[in-house]
Amino acid sequence: MASLVGSRVERKEDGRFLQGKGRYTADINIANQTYAIFVRSPHARAKIKSVDTSKALKSSGVVGVLTGKEIAEDKIGGLIAGWAIRSEDGSEMKVPANPPLAKDIANFVGEPIAVVFAETLDEAKEGAEKVKVDYKVLKAVVDPADAMKSEAIHDGVDKNLCYDWLLGDRKAVDEAFAKADKIIKVDLINNRLVPNAMEPRACVVDYNTASEEITLYTTSQNPHLSRLVMSAFGGVAPENKLRVVAPDVGGGFGSKINVYNEEIVCSWASKKIERPIKWVAERTESFLTDTHGRDHVTHAELAVSNDGKFLGFKNETIANLGAYARVFGTVTPTYLFGPCATGVYTIPAAYSNVKAVYTNTAPVDAYRGAGRPEATYTIERLVEKAAMELGIDKTEIRMKNFPSEFPFKQTLVHTVDSGDYVAGLEKAKQMADYAGFEARRKKSEANGKLRGIGVSSYFEACGIAPSAAVMSLGCGVGLWESAEVRFNPTGQISVFTGAHSHGQSHDTTFAQIAADELGVPMENVDVVHGDTDKGTFGMGTYGSRSLTVGGIAIVNACKKIVAKGKRVAAKMLEVNEDEIEFKDGEFVALKSNKKKTIGEVAFACYLPGQRDEMKSPIPEGDEPGLIESSFFDPANFSFPAGSHICEVEIDPDTGNVKVEKYTAVDDFGRIVNPMIVEGQVHGGIAQGIGQALHENTQYDETGQLMTASYMDYTMPRADNFPEFNLGFTCTHATSNPLGVKGCGEAGAIASPPTVMNAVIDALGGQEISMPATAEKVWKACKTMKKSNAKAA
Amino acid sequence: MKTFNYHTPKDVKEASKLASTSSAFLAGGMTTIPSLKLGLATYKDVIDIKSIKKLSGIKVSGKSVTIGATTKHAEVAASKDVQKAIPALTKLAGNIGDAQVRNRGTIGGSISNNDPSACYPSACMALNAVIHTNSRKIPAAKFFTGMFETALKKGELVEAVEFEVPEKADYQKHPNPASRYAIIGVFVAKHKKEVNVAVTGAKSSVYIDKDLSKKLTSSFSSSAIEGMKLDHSEMNSDMHASSEYRANLVSLYAKKAVEAC
Repeated sequence: MASLVGSRVERKEDGRFLQGKGRYTADINIANQTYAIFVRSPHARAKIKSVDTSKALKSSGVVGVLTGKEIAEDKIGGLIAGWAIRSEDGSEMKVPANPPLAKDIANFVGEPIAVVFAETLDEAKEGAEKVKVDYKVLKAVVDPADAMKSEAIHDGVDKNLCYDWLLGDRKAVDEAFAKADKIIKVDLINNRLVPNAMEPRACVVDYNTASEEITLYTTSQNPHLSRLVMSAFGGVAPENKLRVVAPDVGGGFGSKINVYNEEIVCSWASKKIERPIKWVAERTESFLTDTHGRDHVTHAELAVSNDGKFLGFKNETIANLGAYARVFGTVTPTYLFGPCATGVYTIPAAYSNVKAVYTNTAPVDAYRGAGRPEATYTIERLVEKAAMELGIDKTEIRMKNFPSEFPFKQTLVHTVDSGDYVAGLEKAKQMADYAGFEARRKKSEANGKLRGIGVSSYFEACGIAPSAAVMSLGCGVGLWESAEVRFNPTGQISVFTGAHSHGQSHDTTFAQIAADELGVPMENVDVVHGDTDKGTFGMGTYGSRSLTVGGIAIVNACKKIVAKGKRVAAKMLEVNEDEIEFKDGEFVALKSNKKKTIGEVAFACYLPGQRDEMKSPIPEGDEPGLIESSFFDPANFSFPAGSHICEVEIDPDTGNVKVEKYTAVDDFGRIVNPMIVEGQVHGGIAQGIGQALHENTQYDETGQLMTASYMDYTMPRADNFPEFNLGFTCTHATSNPLGVKGCGEAGAIASPPTVMNAVIDALGGQEISMPATAEKVWKACKTMKKSNAKAA
Repeated sequence: MKTFNYHTPKDVKEASKLASTSSAFLAGGMTTIPSLKLGLATYKDVIDIKSIKKLSGIKVSGKSVTIGATTKHAEVAASKDVQKAIPALTKLAGNIGDAQVRNRGTIGGSISNNDPSACYPSACMALNAVIHTNSRKIPAAKFFTGMFETALKKGELVEAVEFEVPEKADYQKHPNPASRYAIIGVFVAKHKKEVNVAVTGAKSSVYIDKDLSKKLTSSFSSSAIEGMKLDHSEMNSDMHASSEYRANLVSLYAKKAVEAC
């Protein structure tokens, strides 16, 4: 039987998605449901003097109005930071309380203050308008670079500083810098991004007054984790009385990891008003309250020798957490960022120092790549600048500093098990016709255009993550994954996974894996996810972990099925177990060549008794049934890597930047479905080009989000991209039996520096910050013209 | 959205009668509907004029192109007659918003709303258009009176827009990358005796750039306006573009338009 793993199997989910048959949270309606509208702070920072709900309560159709006072009285817990990070001086991070409904103070525009439930959506809106909140507006802290000098916005958080974290050895770095021929310096802003999942957040809550069970349908990347957090920290309901269902979810990118205010409030309130509740975010609410991404201000330096060897690296970053520390908010700018900031290079000495600050802006958390795009941007801008200043070819300087062997003990934390960085960069050069660039540059020049080429070589640590490692770094939970494989009596198989698909195509990929392991047609396998009542447990999907952790749990559970199948088949075929071979879905007695299909064996597993001449097929010591589960905890992170090359052409008259060519060569280890992987890479590159050229989140000095709609926030569109030229190299991961590495985030990690390096190359080395919008580029072109004129 | 009375009058007379200080005419709804949904506007009466047949359609004569108020952008973009008479107009219509907008949005709605970044007002100005309403004919130069403001009175309804067919014309726009409205748009029309350069997006309302028009009237060539610096003191400056950048673009795109003529 041909292997399904490695083939371009069409997606099982396409049928329902392309025909509009997806079932999203907003598609779910419960009889007798009420509609929730949240009253949100219009101010970035304001004391809440009073909340008057009397008029709203009398408003037509209003069923209930609840505020921060009631939720505090009911002792419902707030939102949490999932990772405890310590400062360099050993002190614990400072985390302010984040109640689901703000009671005393609002800390960002859009923070929920009260909620109105009504019979119809319009009546809920009408009612919400009648809730009178008396605010005392306070001066907002908006700019992360100024936050430490500004008035503290949270009690007990001096200088608005959550932590001042250090990874690495300052002394060793100072010594390395003292010996260097040259110090390359960059000042970078990693621009804040709004995730903009296609489907806005939503929840539908159904409280069953008889069983006292709450069912929460929600837009989550990790329903089991949501249940755990809501139960353990929110105190909304005991875990066995709370069912969380995340049905089809239309994109997350990290923004749907968190348990949000609205889910906690609606779950609590449904029990209180004894009515089902439905809440669906409007797009503006998504802009204002979904967790945002990135937002770093970085100064970094690279010490180099004249022949282009890297000697030392330092990174001083201010990371904006926004108003509150959320689930991955504190780890994203530390352990997901610092260790990767030395990139794919052997650098003898390095440190990363990160000061995480609170501001009166939307909370910042994981966003596709989480920390690793910021790390890659930092090192790859430095490397490109070093090449330029030293007059060394930009690919040569990279090759010079790649590790010579694997495992590669990276400077700060990681030991990278496998890779071949030289092969990746060589392939990218060839695919991008790197050698032919100068001719293309001349041709552009002849047309009055500026052409630039940019390279970046990246690695990232994903497959998040080994529990022992992450818990020692401050993670509140272990990041294993579970799977359960149910081989039903009639031969159909249900694979339950704790991972969650919100665009990753797990229905297909996981079915390919299970079908290969069990030797059955893929059509016989159904992948079930997204419901805490179905399947064992799970940590969800983020950090490119679904295949590398969740997929392996499926493999291991399947192996247990086969192992039990062998014992049963041996009894059925009246041979010893070691005389049975399992191949292509059949258990074969080697000597007699008699066989039983896995379907026959499964059926037999459900018939444990004796009847007439039939003997029980269940061996002594075994139980009936054919259901196995597995919890997989990886031995290490996985480390995808690669090299991307981008060419841009700039029109100096308008400043318009056109991405002319984009080549990506990635090493994701073994690839299960090349078509799906290519789709993931396309999406990641698109997001990265969005960050580099288009997406420009702007708050004004009072903390109002200026770019809170698609009229003002530029999402990249298809006509902003060339056709992506993709290639792959393959070294197997040694930390898991499939040899897979994860591919979900790589495109978004590698592409921003690749594009910016190309833009800056076209501008003759002139630094420019992301996003490189037309006007910024136009101004840089004018400066360039002036300095060229002077030089002439 | 607040509740309102929804009317579907059969003719212009009935539509006009229904109008009050708290009413809105609804054509494609590309601005009115979002305004209602976002609570930026509330009306007691919404008067849907889409079913008034007389208001839709295109008439082309030797000297003019007349487009009915509820004619959609997509219809103008696809019209072979308009393409033959004033190709710049089909080009403009074909690049408004996206396919969804072009299949609902109408010329009457666009000019009555007079968004400072809308495309059509520049065509009206450059092509010496006459706006036919249910009570009078208004020259374009007197129709667009300010940001989102026009000469229309209460109950007055645009019925059609009559454009003068020029010798040559072209429209060039620098779209806002987010909304794809015009950061600036320049409509250059060469008539027998004059050249009009109408600019949208740059100021609070559409206008004729007199300097550019004058230079091109005396010599219709891109070299006549090459590198011309425009006064940007009255131009819009916002997070999408500074006034200085806009001034550069107006001059540049005027040149591009002349070259494309």
